Amino acid sequence: MLSRFAPRACAAPIRRNAPIRAAFSPIVRRNVTTDAASTHAEKSDVPAEDDKPFQVRLSDEAFETYELDPPPYTLDTTKKELKQMYYDMVAVRRMEMAADRLYKEKKIRGFCHLSTGQEAVAVGIEHAITKGDHLITAYRCHGFAMMRGGTVRSIIGELLGRREGIAYGKGGSMHMFSTGFYGGNGIVGAQVPVGAGVAFANMYENKDKVTLALYGDGASNQGQVFEAFNMAKLWNIPIIFGCENNKYGMGTAANRAAANTDYYKRGQYIPGLKINGMDVLSVKAAVQYGKQWCLEGKGPLVYEYVTYRYGGHSMSDPGTTYRTREEIQRMRSTNDPIAGLKQKLLDWEVVTEDELKGIDKEARSHVDEEVAAAEAMAPPDATPEVLYEDIYVRGSEPQFLRGRIPEENFYYPDRPVEIPKSPAQS
Amino acid sequence: MVGSRLARPAAQLLRSSPSALPRSSFQRVSAPAVSRWRTYASGSKEMTVRDALNEAMAEEMEKNSKVFVLGEEVAQYNGAYKVTKGLLDRFGEKRVIDSPITESGFAGLTVGAALAGLHPICEFMTFNFAMQAIDQIINSAAKTHYMSGGIQPCNITFRGPNGFASGVAAQHSQDYTAWYGSIPGLKVVAPYSSEDAKGLLKAAIRDPNPVVVLENELLYGLQFEMSEEAQSDEFVIPFGKAKIERPGKDITMVTLSRCVGQCLVAAEQLKSKYGVEAEVINLRSIKPMDVEAIVKSVKKTGLMMAVESGFPSFGVGAELIALTCEYAFDYLDAPPIRVTGAEVPTPYAQKLEEMAFPSEQLIVDYAAKLLKV
Repeated sequence: MLSRFAPRACAAPIRRNAPIRAAFSPIVRRNVTTDAASTHAEKSDVPAEDDKPFQVRLSDEAFETYELDPPPYTLDTTKKELKQMYYDMVAVRRMEMAADRLYKEKKIRGFCHLSTGQEAVAVGIEHAITKGDHLITAYRCHGFAMMRGGTVRSIIGELLGRREGIAYGKGGSMHMFSTGFYGGNGIVGAQVPVGAGVAFANMYENKDKVTLALYGDGASNQGQVFEAFNMAKLWNIPIIFGCENNKYGMGTAANRAAANTDYYKRGQYIPGLKINGMDVLSVKAAVQYGKQWCLEGKGPLVYEYVTYRYGGHSMSDPGTTYRTREEIQRMRSTNDPIAGLKQKLLDWEVVTEDELKGIDKEARSHVDEEVAAAEAMAPPDATPEVLYEDIYVRGSEPQFLRGRIPEENFYYPDRPVEIPKSPAQS
Repeated sequence: MVGSRLARPAAQLLRSSPSALPRSSFQRVSAPAVSRWRTYASGSKEMTVRDALNEAMAEEMEKNSKVFVLGEEVAQYNGAYKVTKGLLDRFGEKRVIDSPITESGFAGLTVGAALAGLHPICEFMTFNFAMQAIDQIINSAAKTHYMSGGIQPCNITFRGPNGFASGVAAQHSQDYTAWYGSIPGLKVVAPYSSEDAKGLLKAAIRDPNPVVVLENELLYGLQFEMSEEAQSDEFVIPFGKAKIERPGKDITMVTLSRCVGQCLVAAEQLKSKYGVEAEVINLRSIKPMDVEAIVKSVKKTGLMMAVESGFPSFGVGAELIALTCEYAFDYLDAPPIRVTGAEVPTPYAQKLEEMAFPSEQLIVDYAAKLLKV
């Protein structure tokens, strides 16, 4: 019965919709720019004081919206903040370069995914939220870990597998935790429902906090991402889902993996925003707007940060078999988030060339010192005490855990339960 | 042979005195309860496993506002198996939440809530469906505390019916004990009686680690005695302690969940038929496992038989026998044996289904063979 009617019922709306879509889409369509130097300010508006606010104007092409009014195209900022943003991006990049070097020197083991080229996303987000807000991301997490408060030495120390690393040498490149920072999840897409849960907890406890859950363009095809969207909208959870679209999921171009590469529209019933992810100011403006949206109880948003990864997917990928060297070179030379902001700071006379060089030098020498300190850190003692610690919360462990052979069984000491304050609460 | 004898650490295990066991504070509170409740038989009452689980959740939710229940049909429907009946009326929709049928998503969401400091109870309608979510249970819940270097705890309870169910065929009748039992970072319990159900679930909710509570659908409706002690809202059963359900001197039956009941029936038959006394150990806790209880019993009986309903390969029975050989080989008078589910996807037709799972008769016969009676 049903099957006889189904094809006709299905076919009708498609036929009816087709001309409408064809007529409308070319008109509303405008591409978000990835120009990192597209924000404008009048030199005369820039105050002399470091902390006096002034307004910058974002490019008309900073955003594309989906069922959403765009954020204001103006952003209040200060010279101090702009300099800090610049410093942060330079520091993140310098740290990633150090990781690159250490990996090539075979001092970093296993996986190592660098975010070179994507710095504006982590930095722009952090400048729009507070330490009380929450963030979870995937395995390309070094920049986020740093922006959430992890020190360079603890992050590089972790990569080097040192005892003083951010996760005491237990997590490595993909698993870093800090205040309001939940990793660092190595399973593609798994962090998205977990992020929805973090946001759910904030709602449950009536906390005025926003949660950001980041994932890549590759992960956005995962089923559980859509499951998270559904629950977030259903329960009006205050979360900004964010697809960092760096154009390639590992080595597969977005359009070779996704039936719809408009990632900001893939929340379907969730309003979306596509953002120039190469412009740190556009990112900040978008997230600031989104945070306000969530705190007003308007529910979730789906963001797409259009960005680009200069390096390969991971250190073992030269990143050149699935894209051209010219493409990488073009992005590097014309859309670089650091160069873009640098040009603006000079144009607006926020800093002089010398001051800028000073900031560069400061960031670099700070990172270099920290990296040296990390290299000097000791690895964890290769003892059962260290191997078996923290599998369970201290004091709540089983009597013993089994080693490779029974003689290696590890017996835990008798001690009171010590529940660590989750980073969410610290 | 000499080498393998040297590698036998039974002595070390037995040396670790029972006093070392109740260790953490939430366990310590409860430890005396276990020994005390038997003397309180006068005030006991009957209760179903279903009601015991319900009471455990209600008490913990009453006690701690961070505890909430989320799962399919847990609220308005009162639970697919009515385990959460009445909780919505009592605690409201903020804390008793019907989820969409998206296991991976809602398991991930509850894990996230736990990372952010809440104490979720994530109900799976059955653990068969939790296969969709097992990545979240293992990679996001069980491993995070270790991967974070001990800074990010995850206090979450995953619960629901597991294992054999009647007439529901292969996709709805599988035992996952071995799967979860193999994961460091998880604690895994399998209650049999109403006291087990209440005490273990309450301990699971309070435990600061991720805990998997493997219930059994066929036990939900069974009545068991609840001692006065167990009726208290402070009653918890410590993990890692097995219960001697029936003392005996001739053979040790190590078992869990629904098979405990089958073993108790089998033990009675062994007694009436052959006059032998089987000791039945209800493991209660799969991870950590009470190896000490097994070794002590085998020391007494000299014979060991594992009874469980999972697939045989790489299963709970295999683990129990391996542990017995490692820690109690010298006390064994014969090779240990196991009764398990058959190595077949659960068939639908009743007579075939019966052939796929342990039965009381099979347990009696196989035990008799080991006993040479």
